[in-house]
Amino acid sequence: MNQIMQTAETGPSTDSAKAAGGEAYNFAYLDEQTKRMIRRALLKALAIPGYQVPFASREMPMPYGWGTGGVQVTAACLLPDDCLKVIDQGADDTTNAVSIRRFFQRTAGVQTTEVTGEATLIQTRHRIPETELVAGQILVYQVPIPEPLRFLEPRETETRKMHALEEYGLMHVKLYEDISQHGHIATAYSYPVKVEGRYVMDPSPIPKFDNPKMHGSSAIQLFGAGREQRIYAIPPYTRVHSLDFDDYPFEPMRADQTCALCGAEDSYLDEVIMDDEGTRMFVCSDTDYCGGRLEAGHEGQQGDAT
Amino acid sequence: MATTGLEGGFANAPVQSAQTFRAVLNAMAHPGRIETVSAAQPPLPMDPAAGAVLLTLADHETKVFLAPSVDSDAIRSWLTFHTGAPLVASGAADFAIGHWDELLPIDQYQIGTAAYPDRSVTLVVTQPAITDKGTVICGPGIQSTASLNIPDTALLDFNANRSPLGIDMIMNAGDQLAAVPRSTRLFDREKR
Amino acid sequence: MYVAVKGGEKAIDNAHRWLAELRRGDQAVAELELDQIAEQLSLSVARVMAEGSLFDPRLAALAIKQARGDLIEAIFLVRAFRTTLPRFGGTSPVNTGAMICSRRISATFKDIPGGQILGPTFDYTHRLLDFDLAETGQVPAAEQGADDATAKPHVLGLIGREGLMQAEHATSNDDAIPDLTREPLTYPADRAVRLQALARGDEGFILGLGYSTQRGYARNHAFVGELRIGLVEVEMDIPELGFAITIGEIEITECETVNQFQGSKTEPAQFTRGYGLVFGQQERKSIAMALVDRALRWRELGEDYVGAPAQNEEFVLSHCDNIQATGFVEHIKLPHYVDFQSELELIRRIRGEAGIQADLENGHDMKGAAE
Repeated sequence: MNQIMQTAETGPSTDSAKAAGGEAYNFAYLDEQTKRMIRRALLKALAIPGYQVPFASREMPMPYGWGTGGVQVTAACLLPDDCLKVIDQGADDTTNAVSIRRFFQRTAGVQTTEVTGEATLIQTRHRIPETELVAGQILVYQVPIPEPLRFLEPRETETRKMHALEEYGLMHVKLYEDISQHGHIATAYSYPVKVEGRYVMDPSPIPKFDNPKMHGSSAIQLFGAGREQRIYAIPPYTRVHSLDFDDYPFEPMRADQTCALCGAEDSYLDEVIMDDEGTRMFVCSDTDYCGGRLEAGHEGQQGDAT
Repeated sequence: MATTGLEGGFANAPVQSAQTFRAVLNAMAHPGRIETVSAAQPPLPMDPAAGAVLLTLADHETKVFLAPSVDSDAIRSWLTFHTGAPLVASGAADFAIGHWDELLPIDQYQIGTAAYPDRSVTLVVTQPAITDKGTVICGPGIQSTASLNIPDTALLDFNANRSPLGIDMIMNAGDQLAAVPRSTRLFDREKR
Repeated sequence: MYVAVKGGEKAIDNAHRWLAELRRGDQAVAELELDQIAEQLSLSVARVMAEGSLFDPRLAALAIKQARGDLIEAIFLVRAFRTTLPRFGGTSPVNTGAMICSRRISATFKDIPGGQILGPTFDYTHRLLDFDLAETGQVPAAEQGADDATAKPHVLGLIGREGLMQAEHATSNDDAIPDLTREPLTYPADRAVRLQALARGDEGFILGLGYSTQRGYARNHAFVGELRIGLVEVEMDIPELGFAITIGEIEITECETVNQFQGSKTEPAQFTRGYGLVFGQQERKSIAMALVDRALRWRELGEDYVGAPAQNEEFVLSHCDNIQATGFVEHIKLPHYVDFQSELELIRRIRGEAGIQADLENGHDMKGAAE
């Protein structure tokens, strides 16, 4: 009887957002049972900061690797009156960001924005916005490989033990070997962090420039890895420490340039190759941040940068 | 108030469960913060907020324990009809519902395993009222400190001694709820 | 002057329209109908149903048409559709012993009760291109035998009667059977989960792994005890009725291999089994699946782990799904400007410092030489 009742509930006819083409979807695409399963995982993830909660990721109408984990987390959190921002590589207009934003416009009917400060929920791939997030905002990260130890130990059965025993020696050895070989820790993105002094966590492939933004953030940070079936979280005001050594402290890194468009000296920059001679210019990766500065009258050396 | 098992559910499940979940998510992300939910009307004496939490999170994949005060035929049939959740003894529960005193002792619940600390109970504890006065707490989700009338600080010590395993708690009263995840600590203890 | 690339939305719309045009091809050529695909490309349809985990030939045909014949893309379409379907419950175990066989062969016995049925197989066709097929025409009807709807005993059951075949554990509780599509995969995985993963796993991947066992990477001495293809009924318990009713009929391929097993001190020697079961007519996949299933059973059968890929449960299960694999392999074509930029910055810094160091060292050497 329950199953039949649930069928009635999960069927597309119930309070569905009607799409333009006349197709019917449940609100935010996922059926209610799937959302419940993801929601339970999210709550446990918040209760155990940095720990990867297994969840039964569903097949989404976009490929694994395109953000299926993030999309499922967003779908489970979304309210009809949310204002959604989607970025990929910091930009709102990259094709995958456009595609995901459209998906939720179509299936959840939510309002969307490109302005970081206006968004209640931001789904991101590979960046944290430059504008500081505030209380009440949710940042959803798309995660390809959630296991920070995976490239040191490919077996899930082993890495799970390491987390259970808080045995992170392998990671420290790797970082130390980097230093002895290169004079630097050779990790520039997906730079591992320790959350609340307990779990070592992969921050998703954000540049390590963004790592400090995770620490003590006022926003709720949620991470979804669809193909790998993991969800994890950082509650607001949580200690997030990028792994380092006393004599080699963690160092965020950006190109030593200013944005050619808005002149920003503090933002993360994309490098653009301008011609066959290899002329380069640097522009903000965060398009909203750059646009905001331009509107405020800031100016860079547009086009003249080398 | 609902009189039969068929009533008192969410009239608009996708939206109301999303709203309830967001309230619980905010509560869990900000221990001590009091959130308001509405819409569910479980049979008395189950609290509306407790009912909303169950409608939002429980289904045939979750095991629910009903403490004596909420273990009535009416509540059982309401819960079964709306969620399909199997009712179990306390030790097997994913969710345990009732007043604090009848949910004791706390060491009877699942606290997860070292490999899977998430496989643990969430207590849904009904209180006469939730107020931001009482125990001073700190931890992830709390900017410096917060205050909440936690029924028994022994839960905080229990969790502190078993971290990262432990028990998560959602407190509810009327249409209000607040959460105390296992990561929350007694501010007085942490100070020392 | 530099202008940031805009217009993602327009690009996507145009790309989709172009894709639709190419899918249709030359409009002077008649459009494919789903019936044509379902009837004439039935083995493609079978593969899409199996790896899409959804038995519906018409939907599979639609997916193949929409995917321009790219079967992995078609499987993806079917999977994404499947996810949106409500789950009514589980069916009763399919009784393959009651299968109405269109093909049934055993490699272990010359004759078997119920008889060998060669059936519609490519096995003894000479692989010569049939140029007559380039023209449309009528196909002469095959000679029709008498209908044979009698149940045929499993060959491995016959061996088992002598006690030579290791018995399988019966699962009494259907609820205890996990559903790979509803629960996260954890290790070690139950055999039921492994078989589910193999059944929907990529044919090519499973084929390669099965082949590797034959070449010595965890060789398990397999004989095809029986391969049968045919129709079986699917039944489901309806609690309101209090009994099971038939909800449909599906075509499946079942392969059971007979494998060597060294007995122990407490157990006399017995043959063991590898098992493959797939939707539709898919002999290659079902045989390969049986080989891999058997290789993965090393732990329960007390065999040595020789480090072969086909024995490594985590390796096999986490890489056999072609939708996961194609997604992640192909995703590296998505923008990675930000991560790449961070590496560029780092490598420049390391090289820069190394350069300074080298200069210093060179300078020092020259100075030393002068002294």
